[in-house]
Amino acid sequence: MTPLLSVEGLNKTYGAHLGCRDVGLDLFPGEVLGIVGESGSGKTTVLNCMAGHLVPDRGRVVFDTRAKGPRDVLTMSESERRMLGRTDWAFVHQNARDGLRMGVSAGGNVGERLMAVGARNYGRIRQTAEDWLTRVEIDAARIDDRPTTFSGGMQQRLQIARNLVTGPRLVFMDEPTGGLDVSVQARLLDLLRGLVRDMGLSAIIVTHDLAVVRLLADRLLVMKSGEVVEHGLTDQVLDDPQHGYTQLLVSSVLQA
Amino acid sequence: MSSYTFAYLDEQTKRMIRRAILKGLAIPGYQVPFASREMPMPYGWGTGGVQVTAAVLTPGDCLKVIDQGADDTTNAVSIRAFFAKTAGVATTTRTVEASVIQTRHRIPETALGEDQILVYQVPIPEPLRFLEPRETETRRMHSLEDYGLMHVKLYEDIARHGHIATAYAYPVLVEGRYVMDPSPIPKFDNPKLSGNPAIQLFGAGREQRIYALPPWCEVVSLDFEDHPFDPSKADHACGLCGAGDSYLDEVIVDDAGGRMFVCSDTDYCEGRQAQGHRGKDAA
Repeated sequence: MTPLLSVEGLNKTYGAHLGCRDVGLDLFPGEVLGIVGESGSGKTTVLNCMAGHLVPDRGRVVFDTRAKGPRDVLTMSESERRMLGRTDWAFVHQNARDGLRMGVSAGGNVGERLMAVGARNYGRIRQTAEDWLTRVEIDAARIDDRPTTFSGGMQQRLQIARNLVTGPRLVFMDEPTGGLDVSVQARLLDLLRGLVRDMGLSAIIVTHDLAVVRLLADRLLVMKSGEVVEHGLTDQVLDDPQHGYTQLLVSSVLQA
Repeated sequence: MSSYTFAYLDEQTKRMIRRAILKGLAIPGYQVPFASREMPMPYGWGTGGVQVTAAVLTPGDCLKVIDQGADDTTNAVSIRAFFAKTAGVATTTRTVEASVIQTRHRIPETALGEDQILVYQVPIPEPLRFLEPRETETRRMHSLEDYGLMHVKLYEDIARHGHIATAYAYPVLVEGRYVMDPSPIPKFDNPKLSGNPAIQLFGAGREQRIYALPPWCEVVSLDFEDHPFDPSKADHACGLCGAGDSYLDEVIVDDAGGRMFVCSDTDYCEGRQAQGHRGKDAA
């Protein structure tokens, strides 16, 4: 089976500062991969390198494109990469404000990707936007309201709708539940789990919250100081951590 | 006036501007940066248009300057006088006689010909400006043809007002490639941009950009399938000449709410009146 995304020998330094070193991973279609680690361990660097937001110093990021099969994303032209970024890929930011256009109505936010790939029928764009608002549990009556009037949880759900509207195959998520209170987190996770299952999405989720990966991820990568220290099935890694750092991470979770 | 170079600007500057114009004509709709000069008028009064006009003017030219369609407004009168003084060219108010027409906010009603040049004064050349504030980003969007955002603006218009409420500076797609701001002309004039036999040049002085439409080039106003572009105008006939096909200004005539609609293109209106056409408010 061809992996949907295959990363080899990813290296990134910020001057003398290490971002990540020799990170490699394979993501298969329909799989959800979690990347955990403490703050500064290089999780977000890896994610941004894969999503094309950062240029790594070395390494390959091969994506199985619909039209041309496996291609190295880093050597693609920028227009191809942008096309990928608004069709087959989605990126959910930790802070919804980074991923939304705050001055544009909810419907416009959801419709932007559709219009960017050539949708030119207002009625249909609006219909699709309404459907998606409903799917992420936002009242369709709020379609013309700006995200500034939404709560944090709603903004995050709107960001997810805006990203998934073009039916991407791969979703990058950077701390999708960060900054939300616990009950809102639970609903969002429920929603994400449903969407991932229904749409057969593949996803890479970066988080420091082990509960999130326990719920969502099939496989887990543990990072420390820019390197992958352990990887395996989620339950296996969390229930029987091998590396000292993973053991520390698992044991430091507060039991409610 | 021997103390001025012909048409005010020095020859090197005109040469630089002509190069920008030629590049603009070669890439229709593309904004060419140029080293805009200080002109003896404030920004916003047409410094870009004046520099373009100065660069294309020849001693044999006949110049017409309009502001909002009118030949007799301050801006038009001043610029016409400026070139009459610094270039000594003939000036006119008649569209058919002019070889170079500098305009602010209108395209003349009278159809232009292949031997004419239309110069637009442009305040903001970047159509994506209020959607994406970063100039580095909008340039990249132009180069990658990443124009989804432009339709988001039209979408927002319909969502809020029920129709595309953008009435001027209505965005257009040039030759299927560049999205362009046609300067703040009413959208009524947009159809005249396309397939026009005249050369159309756009100059933005403060923003230091020149762009152009070569003759007969295809210009399409952006829209949605189910909300097509509508070049609307006031639903009246001109009160002075009775024209039903020209763009109208609404003029308040008394303190009791009385109003009349008159052609914004004064030359067109006067021409029709000279031919004996009369509107309902004509004296």
